[in-house]
Amino acid sequence: MSTLELKEATMQFGGIKAVSDFSMRVPEGCIAGLIGPNGAGKTTVFNMITGFYTPTRGRILFNGLPITGMPPHEICKTGIARTFQNIRLFEGSSALQNVMVGFHVRQKNSWWMPPFYLHLKEEKQIRNQAMDLLVRFGLDRVAHMPAGSLPYGAQRRLEIARALATRPSFLLLDEPAAGMNPQESTELMSLITNVRNDFNLTILLIEHDMKVVMGVCSHIWVLEYGICIAEGDPDHIRNNPKVIEAYLGEEYLKYA
Amino acid sequence: MSLHNMRNYICTALLTVILGLFLYYAENNLNPYSVRILNLLAINAILAISLNLIYGFTGMFSLGHAGFMAIGAYVCTLLILTPDQKVAMWLLEDMPDFLLHLSLPFFPAVILGGLVAMLFSLIIAVPSLRLGGDYLGIATLGFAEIIRVVITNIPSITNGSLGIKGIPEYANLWWNYGWLLFTLYFIYALLKSNVGNIFKAIRDDEIAARTMGVNAFFYKVLSFCVGGFFAGVGGALTATLISTIDPKMFNFMLTFNILMIVVAGGLGSITGSILGSVVITIMLEWLRIVEDPFSIGDFEVAGIPGMRMVIFSLMLLLIIIFRRSGLLGMREFSWDAVFNFFNRRKQEEWRRS
Ligand SMILES: Nc1ncnc2c1ncn2[C@@H]1O[C@H](COP(=O)(O)OP(=O)(O)OP(=O)(O)O)[C@@H](O)[C@H]1O
Ligand SMILES: [Mg+2]
Repeated sequence: MSTLELKEATMQFGGIKAVSDFSMRVPEGCIAGLIGPNGAGKTTVFNMITGFYTPTRGRILFNGLPITGMPPHEICKTGIARTFQNIRLFEGSSALQNVMVGFHVRQKNSWWMPPFYLHLKEEKQIRNQAMDLLVRFGLDRVAHMPAGSLPYGAQRRLEIARALATRPSFLLLDEPAAGMNPQESTELMSLITNVRNDFNLTILLIEHDMKVVMGVCSHIWVLEYGICIAEGDPDHIRNNPKVIEAYLGEEYLKYA
Repeated sequence: MSLHNMRNYICTALLTVILGLFLYYAENNLNPYSVRILNLLAINAILAISLNLIYGFTGMFSLGHAGFMAIGAYVCTLLILTPDQKVAMWLLEDMPDFLLHLSLPFFPAVILGGLVAMLFSLIIAVPSLRLGGDYLGIATLGFAEIIRVVITNIPSITNGSLGIKGIPEYANLWWNYGWLLFTLYFIYALLKSNVGNIFKAIRDDEIAARTMGVNAFFYKVLSFCVGGFFAGVGGALTATLISTIDPKMFNFMLTFNILMIVVAGGLGSITGSILGSVVITIMLEWLRIVEDPFSIGDFEVAGIPGMRMVIFSLMLLLIIIFRRSGLLGMREFSWDAVFNFFNRRKQEEWRRS
């Protein structure tokens, strides 16, 4: 069964086609990868899935439900969460508050309740659950620090924790290992696999670090200039001449 | 309730009682001028807190506060004047009958003033909140001016540019500080809950907030309308404190003064807004001396009208240059902080001895 499905999704910005006729089906429960050189259109695919861009053509289905053109907050409600390539935390809020915002989407309390003290019960639950998530990601000791003041690695983990707070069934990670040293990215790999198992997720990730991609992904799509040039399991991708060409350049092949 | 919470509640209650005793003392012992400043201070605090909610906590740069105040002031005034007063005062055009006989006590009139201001902020919010940053500032500034022009041009309802004089001076210390406490309570409750987290999330990164399932538009409108309500209340209290209103009063300078208080106190700090109101209200009064003639030794200095605002603006400049985040930044007063401070002191003394 597939969870997320793109059908000939196309995104055109004026003269440039950032993504052309891209179709994909992500099987439920897997960790999938989306790779490609800089400017290939990977982030644009994420932005189409999460509702920031409406594809100029094509359709996006989530669990069979068409989500093309839905506003981002509605898409989040259906169970899709993401992180960003350049970290986007709520920097003035504490780590705990960041995660609590994530819980809001499943919250029953209405905005008018706080002045009447009617929100306390659920709010306490949310606070505890948020704290549990922070513990899970080793962030409980910095729970009350401003998110913007945390070290880089902690910010990356906090962003994942915040995304998980929305109770997604599908998680999109945009270059989670960017800026990490080899040891950190190894830790991240096991974190991603554990998170997938513990939270029953399907994960689609964009990554330039081939060690991470080949290590955790069971299925990979390769984009170049907005066009999908290859798709398959890691071994298949590793040996695909088109992919080698896209990544290393024609020159390399000629002289190799 | 935990012991710790209990302590904080008791301290807050005590502080409220002390404020009450002080107001009682002030009412009976201070001269009218000082009482007037205390009143202005409370109203400015209400206005500053409401603007801080919109700008400091939700990140919407709004310059429309004077407009909402004008609406609150006019609605409240029209509701508390008696038919006789209205007949006597409306010189330009006669007032329509239904308005002439509409009369309400002070308290519901203030609430209605706030509600109508809120309605207008809703009408303004829906088209202009789609704009971001500076554009929103320009749009709201434009709306505030439109409100002023409309008020000038419907003399049958507002008495036009003549304004309204002899408004009963209902807004005494008790009303003003009562409303200030309510404003504090209401907005603090919102901000302390997850709703407050959402406001701040939108301020810090609207795109990320929307990705996290926040209906940013709804919450922006909400914050704008709550701010608009309290701005309307502040306007109503202003009218019934100084007993005269006219359209010129609600010009951009008024918004600027409140903005100054918010920025000086700290964007995103309620405590800062209160502190800012105290400092700037008193400073603005005190600075009046530079507008009167005075002498240094034998040297006579003629008073320069408008000098007050020049100094005031220079101060704002200095704050922005040297203390970007205002007096308090985003920090808030809390009993925990107070007790921690004293505990630490005690521990230090103990260690030294
Ligand atoms: N809003 C936009 N308007 C115009 N062009 C855009 C927009 N967003 C993306 N593009 C263009 O689309 C192309 C793909 O961009 P995208 O960010 O998806 O690449 P990417 O694969 O994520 O690259 P990287 O690995 O550098 O993150 C680029 O040429 C980019 O300039
Ligand atoms: Mg990208």
